[in-house]
Amino acid sequence: MLRGLWKLTWLEIKIFMREPLGVIGTVGLPVFIFVVFGRVLGSPLRRASPGVPRVLSADLPILASFVITTSTVLSLIAIIAIYREGGILRRLRATPLRPYTILTAHVLAKLLFTAVTLAATLLAGRSYYSLDAGVPLVSFALALLFTTVCLLSLGFLIASIVPTARFAQPIGTLFLYPMLGVSGLFVPVASLPPVLQAVAHALPLTYAVSLLRGIWHGDGWSAHIGDVAALTVMFLLFTAVSAKVFRWE
Amino acid sequence: MTECPAGTTVTPQPVIHAAAIRKTYGRTVAVDEVSFDVQPGEIFGLIGPNGAGKTTTMECVGGLRVPDRGLISVLGLDPRRDVYALQERIGVQLQEAQLQKRIKVREAVGLWASLYRKPVDGDRLIEQLGLGDKRNAWFMTLSGGQKQRLFIALALINDPELVFLDELTTGLDPQARRAIWELVRGIRQRGKTVFLTTHLMEEAERLCDRVAIIDHGRLVDIGTPAELVRRHCPERTVIMVCEDAAAGERFRAIPQVQSVTIEGLQLTIRGAGSDLVTHVIRCVAEHRMRVNDFRTELPTLEDVFLKLTGHMIRD
Repeated sequence: MLRGLWKLTWLEIKIFMREPLGVIGTVGLPVFIFVVFGRVLGSPLRRASPGVPRVLSADLPILASFVITTSTVLSLIAIIAIYREGGILRRLRATPLRPYTILTAHVLAKLLFTAVTLAATLLAGRSYYSLDAGVPLVSFALALLFTTVCLLSLGFLIASIVPTARFAQPIGTLFLYPMLGVSGLFVPVASLPPVLQAVAHALPLTYAVSLLRGIWHGDGWSAHIGDVAALTVMFLLFTAVSAKVFRWE
Repeated sequence: MTECPAGTTVTPQPVIHAAAIRKTYGRTVAVDEVSFDVQPGEIFGLIGPNGAGKTTTMECVGGLRVPDRGLISVLGLDPRRDVYALQERIGVQLQEAQLQKRIKVREAVGLWASLYRKPVDGDRLIEQLGLGDKRNAWFMTLSGGQKQRLFIALALINDPELVFLDELTTGLDPQARRAIWELVRGIRQRGKTVFLTTHLMEEAERLCDRVAIIDHGRLVDIGTPAELVRRHCPERTVIMVCEDAAAGERFRAIPQVQSVTIEGLQLTIRGAGSDLVTHVIRCVAEHRMRVNDFRTELPTLEDVFLKLTGHMIRD
């Protein structure tokens, strides 16, 4: 059942660490970008001020979270595609490992790196973006874990349909960044044209943004039951569909 | 049905029993009504050109693919329904499989060992397969032969009763290939059954106790390499250098001889039947001919394949 899960997860983490470029790209780059932004923009980041867009003042943690989560999802798509193309998935599948164990190991490894990146960003950003004492960090972390798992299931769906490893990253990017554009993070959903509003409501990122933003700014979970429900439904849907269409080779 | 061709012994409990299996991909028929039995303790080879349906057949038998039709029983289990029970008892090496580029040899063996209920000692296995000094090397740094030895180690980690080897030596140089053949014979010596595929006729001839020839998804014939050669290519050729001017006439008088060609002092005698050589030698002795050189040429599986399918295996 769970035989091999921890061993495989630990191995995948170690193997990932052995590729310096991958580690720099996933963990180092987001932190670096955050620090550069902080230095360039300086003190306005500390508090909302008229000249700074809301996404950089009040919603900066949300933005940072999504940049990191998106890169996590992209790297999941890429690694699944590479493993499939190299016949690694095929080889692993011909063992008593259950298929979902193989995939869960990758999710766990990715979640760990996401957490490390977030923590590093938080530490690096301390001097540019001071945290209010009242920020519900634990709730926010839970909300972020929840949304990341949901988005990873979308990543699996994309990984199921990309034809080759070469296309994995571009196709993933093509899906994810436009979603971020209409998610309400940059422009309120209500001010989008009706067509885009409809699109926004069909995408998981919109609910994820609403949930994370609400929790960060002190809302209770009860105020976001709708978001949680929508994300749960989408998670189940993505998982069910990718279980059907996932290609091992 | 080619289940019980003449010359094979039928025991009540074959390790693999495949009856009339068929698998199609869209309109392509990959495997068509293929039937065979594999007996305990033998090295059984599925031979044929690339794309003949060997891998598909093997994957159906190993439970990695579900045939459209037909009956398969492996170690008394149904590879589809009992796939996890079966995996405990079989070892698999897949064609063109890879591992994670940066996984170490001992990590791969350790992972595999953790997946089975009764694994053998991984470190000893690494030593036995000659990978001792590579135990901390990344997979991507191994040579082709070392990678295949690692895959054999992974296939043996659960001390399986039956081992599947798919195109094990493809892409290896002759020396590495011979080393791998020795390893496969070693697997048989430990009392295990080996089911392999190859498109190399030399490999099949030297390694397999019995072979099944497969072409365009159909099983053409089955038997020991020697049997197949006897059955389909009974021709024998004797080539000798002889100074006797009357030699040609004398050999032509032997009933089994079909033709004698003479080029200078060299005679090429063609005929049928395993006793052709005896007759030729007797003739040489009776007439006290001076023979400077004497050799025989036997048909090979390659010739059998050509005869049965009308094309070369590499076409």
